[in-house]
Amino acid sequence: MILLWYILIPAVAAPLAWLLGRRQPLAARWIAVAGTAAPLMLLVAQWVTKAGPLTNVLVWHTGGAAGLSPATLVQSTWLVHLKVPWIAPLGIDFFLAEDGLTVIMLALTFALGLLAVLASWRGIGERVGFFHFMILWTTAALAGVFLSLDLFLFYFFFEMMLIPMYFIIALWGHERRVYAAVKFFIFTQVSGLLMLIAILALYFIHGRASGTYTFDFPALLGTKMSSGTAFLLMLGFFAAFAVKLPAFPFHSWLPDAHTEAPTAGSVILAGVLIKIGAYGMIRFMIPLFPQAAYQFRTAALVLGVIGIIYGAIMAYAQTDMKRLVAYTSVSHMGFVLIGIFAWNTLALQGVVLQLVCHALSTGALFILVGGLQDRIHTRDMGRMGGLWTIAPRMGGTAMFFALASLGLPGLGNFVAEFLILVGTWQVAKWAAVLGAVGLVFAAVYALWMMQRAFQGEETHGWKIGDLVPRETVMFAAMIAALVAIGFYPQPLIATARQTVTAVQQLTAGSSLTAGPATAARGAPAPSGAIAQADAAGGAAAAGGAGSSGQPDAAESGRGAAP
Amino acid sequence: MLHLLWLIPALPLTGFVLLTLLNRRLSRTAAAVIGAGSVGLAAVVAILVAAAFIVSPPEGHHFHQVLWTWFDTGGLRPQVAFYLDAMTVIFILVITVVGFLIHLYSTEFMEHDEGFTRFFMYMNLFVASMLVLVLADNLLLLYLGWEGVGMCSYFLIAFWQKDTQNVYCGRKAFIITRIGDTAMIVGLFLLFTHYHTLEIQPLMHAVAATPAGAAVVVAAAWLLLGGAVGKSAQLPLQTWLPDAMAGPTPVSALIHAATMVTAGVYLIARTNALYTAAPDVRLAVAIIGTVTLLYAGFSALTQKDIKRSLAYSTVSQIGYMFLALGVAGWDAGIFHFMTHAFFKALLFLGAGVIIEALADEHDIFKMGGLRRELPVVFWTFTIGAASLAALPLVTAGYYSKDLIISTSLGSVDGSAWLWAGAVAGALLTGIYSFRLVFVVFFGEQHTPVTRRPRWRMQAPLVILAVLSVIGGFVWLPDWMGGWKPLEHFLSTALPATAGGGWAFGLGEATIVEIVSLSGIGIAYLLWIRRRDATAVFAARPAPDALERYWRAGWGFDALYQYVFAVPVKWFAHVARNDLVEPVVKGIASLNVLAWRGLSASQNGLLRLYIAVAGAGLAIIIAVVVLK
Repeated sequence: MILLWYILIPAVAAPLAWLLGRRQPLAARWIAVAGTAAPLMLLVAQWVTKAGPLTNVLVWHTGGAAGLSPATLVQSTWLVHLKVPWIAPLGIDFFLAEDGLTVIMLALTFALGLLAVLASWRGIGERVGFFHFMILWTTAALAGVFLSLDLFLFYFFFEMMLIPMYFIIALWGHERRVYAAVKFFIFTQVSGLLMLIAILALYFIHGRASGTYTFDFPALLGTKMSSGTAFLLMLGFFAAFAVKLPAFPFHSWLPDAHTEAPTAGSVILAGVLIKIGAYGMIRFMIPLFPQAAYQFRTAALVLGVIGIIYGAIMAYAQTDMKRLVAYTSVSHMGFVLIGIFAWNTLALQGVVLQLVCHALSTGALFILVGGLQDRIHTRDMGRMGGLWTIAPRMGGTAMFFALASLGLPGLGNFVAEFLILVGTWQVAKWAAVLGAVGLVFAAVYALWMMQRAFQGEETHGWKIGDLVPRETVMFAAMIAALVAIGFYPQPLIATARQTVTAVQQLTAGSSLTAGPATAARGAPAPSGAIAQADAAGGAAAAGGAGSSGQPDAAESGRGAAP
Repeated sequence: MLHLLWLIPALPLTGFVLLTLLNRRLSRTAAAVIGAGSVGLAAVVAILVAAAFIVSPPEGHHFHQVLWTWFDTGGLRPQVAFYLDAMTVIFILVITVVGFLIHLYSTEFMEHDEGFTRFFMYMNLFVASMLVLVLADNLLLLYLGWEGVGMCSYFLIAFWQKDTQNVYCGRKAFIITRIGDTAMIVGLFLLFTHYHTLEIQPLMHAVAATPAGAAVVVAAAWLLLGGAVGKSAQLPLQTWLPDAMAGPTPVSALIHAATMVTAGVYLIARTNALYTAAPDVRLAVAIIGTVTLLYAGFSALTQKDIKRSLAYSTVSQIGYMFLALGVAGWDAGIFHFMTHAFFKALLFLGAGVIIEALADEHDIFKMGGLRRELPVVFWTFTIGAASLAALPLVTAGYYSKDLIISTSLGSVDGSAWLWAGAVAGALLTGIYSFRLVFVVFFGEQHTPVTRRPRWRMQAPLVILAVLSVIGGFVWLPDWMGGWKPLEHFLSTALPATAGGGWAFGLGEATIVEIVSLSGIGIAYLLWIRRRDATAVFAARPAPDALERYWRAGWGFDALYQYVFAVPVKWFAHVARNDLVEPVVKGIASLNVLAWRGLSASQNGLLRLYIAVAGAGLAIIIAVVVLK
C-alpha cells in the first residue's frame, strides 16, 4: 500500500493545487511543497526502517541450469510489492515493486520535484495553480514509472509524464518554447512508440510460446526467441531510452527543451526525466535481452564516448548559459551509457551514483541560471561577466557546481565517473581512455563558463541581489549532499547493491557478464536457494531464516536484519 | 603522538571550512588568525608527530592510520587512510613549516586586498590538499589531493579575477595539469584492474614481484609519469608554470616550494618500485629531467619579469629532482626537494617584498640598486640565490644539488651525458640566479621604494634564509666527515641507490664547484663589470632573436595553441549549432514538404480530382492489361 501512496499523494495534491491556486497562488505553492515533501519523508522513513534488509548482501546460488528462476531472483530484491489485476483478460496487472534502485530513483523524483517547486517561487507568476498541477502530475507519473514492473503499466506512466512536461515547456517556457515543446514531444513520442511495438512483440512471442499472455516483467524474463528478433526488440527499447537519456545522436531535443523550459521544467528534465533512459536500460532492456545487448555493446560504447566528448565540446561552444548546462548533460549521460553497457558491478554502481550526482549538480546549475535570468533577464554570457563582484555568494555557488560538473574528487560526481571508467576499462580499454579524455574537456567548458559569467570585470552595470535565504538553503542542501556522497558514497552503494547484483545475475548466462569483475560475487553453487550475508560481508545466513515484520517480502526468502 | 596524524590535514581543512562559512562576518584580524593559525597549528602537530616518529620509530618504520572506508564495491575498497613513513615526514614538515611562514607573510602582504578572507580560504585548502596528497595510503586518495592542489592553484592564480588575463592563466594551469592527470587516472584503472588494489604499499609489493619490463608495469609507469610531468611542470607539460605568476606572490611561493609542483616528484618517489621494474621509463624520467633543467635554465636566463625568472628556475630545479629519480637517487631527489623548498620560498617572498616596495614593478631592469634601501631583503635574497646557485660548502643547495650531479654519474643508471647536462645546468643556474641579484640590488636605482616590509614579512625571510644555509648540513659528503642523518632516516622508506652518494670523492665535487662558481663569476662579469657591453651585445639581431625565443619558453605555447587549442575551437565554432540539428531539421522539412504537396492537391477543383482519378484508373488498367 505504501507504494501506492508515492503515486497518490502527488496525484491527489495536483488537482487541489489547481483548484486552490485559482484563488490564492501561495496555497498552490504550499500544496506542491507538501505534495512532494510528504512522499519524500515517507520514503526516507521507509529507507531508514528498512535499511537492514535493503543493504544486506544477497548471495544467490544459481545452481547451473536448474537454478533459480529469473522471477524468484527479481523477487528476492523487493522490499515491498503490490500486485492487483487491472485488465485481466489482456494479462495487464497494476504491478508495483520497490527495490534499492527504486528507492534511489524515487528519492530523486521527490527531492527534485520539491526543489523545482522551491525554484519557481518567484519565477512563476502566471497560472500558478495550473503550473503546480503540472509539476505534481509529472511527479506522480515519474513515481509510477519507477515503481511499475508491468510493462504495459510502465508504458502507461511513461506516456503520462510526457503530457504535463509538454505543457510546462509550452506554457511557461522562454522565447522558442512551442518549438522546443513540440520537438520534445515528437522525439519522445516516436521513440516511445518503437518501445511499445517491442513490448507488444515480446508479449505475443511469450504468450505464443508459453500460453499465458502477460505484461508481467519477471514472467517475461528469459523468453526464448531468435537472436535476430531479440536484437530488433532490444533496439525498440533502446530507441526510447536512448532518446530519453539522451545518447548521441538522439540528443538534439534536449538542448532546446532544457533551454526553453522554465527552471522547474529544466530541473525535473535534467534531474529525473532523462534518468528514465538509464533506469529503463538497467531495469528492463538489458535483463530482457542480454545477448542482444552484448552484440550491441561496441556500438553503444561508441555512442557513449561520442556523447561524452561531443557534448562537452558543444557545451564549450555555446553562448547561452542554459544551453551550455544542457549540453553538459549530454556529456554526463555519455558516461552513464558506457557504464550501463560495461555491465559490471563497478560500472553499474558508478552509473547509479552518476544519476544521483548529476541530478544534484546539474539541477543546481539550472536553478542558478534560472535565478540569474530572473535577475538580469538574459542567459547570454556575452552580456554577463564579473558577476562575482556584485553577487559573491552566487559566484561561489556556481563555482562549486561547475567543479562538481567537471568531476572534482571529493564530490560525488568524481566517485561516480571513476567507478564507471574503471568498470568500463575492464571490458573496453579504449572507451575508458576516451571517457577520461572527456574529463579534460569538462574542465574546459566548466571553467570557461565561470570566466564568462562570473569572472572578469563587471561592465554591464548590472545591479542584482545576491542569493536570497530560500536559494541559499536549497544550494546548501545540494552542496552538502554532493560533498557527503563524495566522501562517503557507501549508503547509496549499499542501497543499490542488491539491484546491481540481481540484474547481473539475470544476465549471467549471456556473454555480457563474462568478465573478471563479476566473478567476485554470486558464484554458482549447488543449492538452489538464496542466502544472505550481512553488509559487512560476513558469513551467509540460511535463506528464509525468519520474516518478522516484512510480510511482503517473506515469500522471497529474505530474513530480518541480522 | 603519532595518532594525532589526522589533525595535520584536518587543521587547515577546518580553517578553510570556517573561513568559507563565516566569510563576510570575519574581521581581517580574525581571518588572518584562522588562516595562518590553522597552518601554524598543523606545523606544530607535524613537528610533534615527526619528533615522535624519529625518537621512537613505529614498528616497520611506518605508521598507518585508517579513518574510514571511502567506499567498497566490486572489489575496489579505497580507504580514507594516512600512511606515514620517513619520506612523508620530510614532506609534511616542509609543507606545514614553509606553508606557515608563507601564510604569516601573507597576512601582511595581502592586508589591503579586498579578497583577504577568500585568499586564506584557498591557501588553507591548498595546504590541506597537499597534505592529503602526501599522506594518502592509496592512489585514489592521493588523486583526490592531486586534483585538490590543481583546483586551488586555479583559484589562486586566478585570484585577482577581475582581470580575465589572470583567469586565463588559472584555467591554463588547471587544464594543462589535468591533461597529465588524465594519463594518471588511466594508470589507476590499469593498476587496479591488474593488481586489484590501489593501496600503495601492497600495490608496490605486487609490482616488485612482477618481472621487470612487463608490459603492465611499463604502461603504468608511463601513465603515472604523465601525471607527474603535468603537476611538476616538466617537458612537455611545463607551459602553465610561468603563467602561474599571475597570482599574488605568496601563492607562487606556496606553489613552487611547499605544494603542487613537487607533487610529481613525490609520486615517482612513492611509486619507486614501479620505476625500478620499468627501467626504460626511469631512464625517460632522467632524460626529461635533464632536458627540462637545461631548457628552463636558458629561459630563466632571459626573463625580464623577476617572478617569471624564478618560475623557470623552479622548472629547472625540479628537472634536477627528476634527474635524481631517473637514476634511482630517490633520497637525493627528496633532499633537493627539501632544500629547494627553503630557498625557493625565500626567493619568491623576497621578490614579493621588492615588487610591493616598487609599486608593483616586475621588470628587473627597472629595479636596481636596492641593496641599501632593502637590506634585509638584499641579504636574504642573496642567500637564497646562492643556495639556488649551489655556492659551495656554505649553502644548502650545494649539498643537495651536488649529490644529484654526482649520483647522475655514479649510479648504475647514470651516464656521462646526464652528468654533463647536470653540470651545464649548474653553470646556467649560477648565471641566472646571480643575474637577478646583480641587476636588482646593484647598479643604479630606477624606481623609488614606496613601501617597506614589517616584521611579518621580514621574519619569514630571515627564518628561510637560515634554513637555506643550514638545511644542507644533514647529509655531508664523506670528505667532509660523512655525517648523514637524512640518508639514514630516508633509508627506512626508500631503497638505497647503487652507486649513489658522493661516489667520486673530492675530485668530481671540485669540478662541479668550479662550474657553479664560474656561473656566478660570469654573472658578475656580464651584469656588474661589463653591463654596457652586455646590453650592446644583447641588442644585436641574432642574440636578440634567440633571447626572445628563450624568453617565450621556446615557442611551446604557440605550438600547443596551433596543434590543440585552435582545432578544438574551430570545431566548436563550426559545430556550435549542433551537427545533428540539420539532419533533424531535414526530416522535419521533408514532412512539411509532403504535407504541403498533399494539401496542395486537396484544392477543391473537381476537374483535377476527376483527372487524377482517371489517370490512376488508366494506370491500373494499363498495368493489368500489360501483365
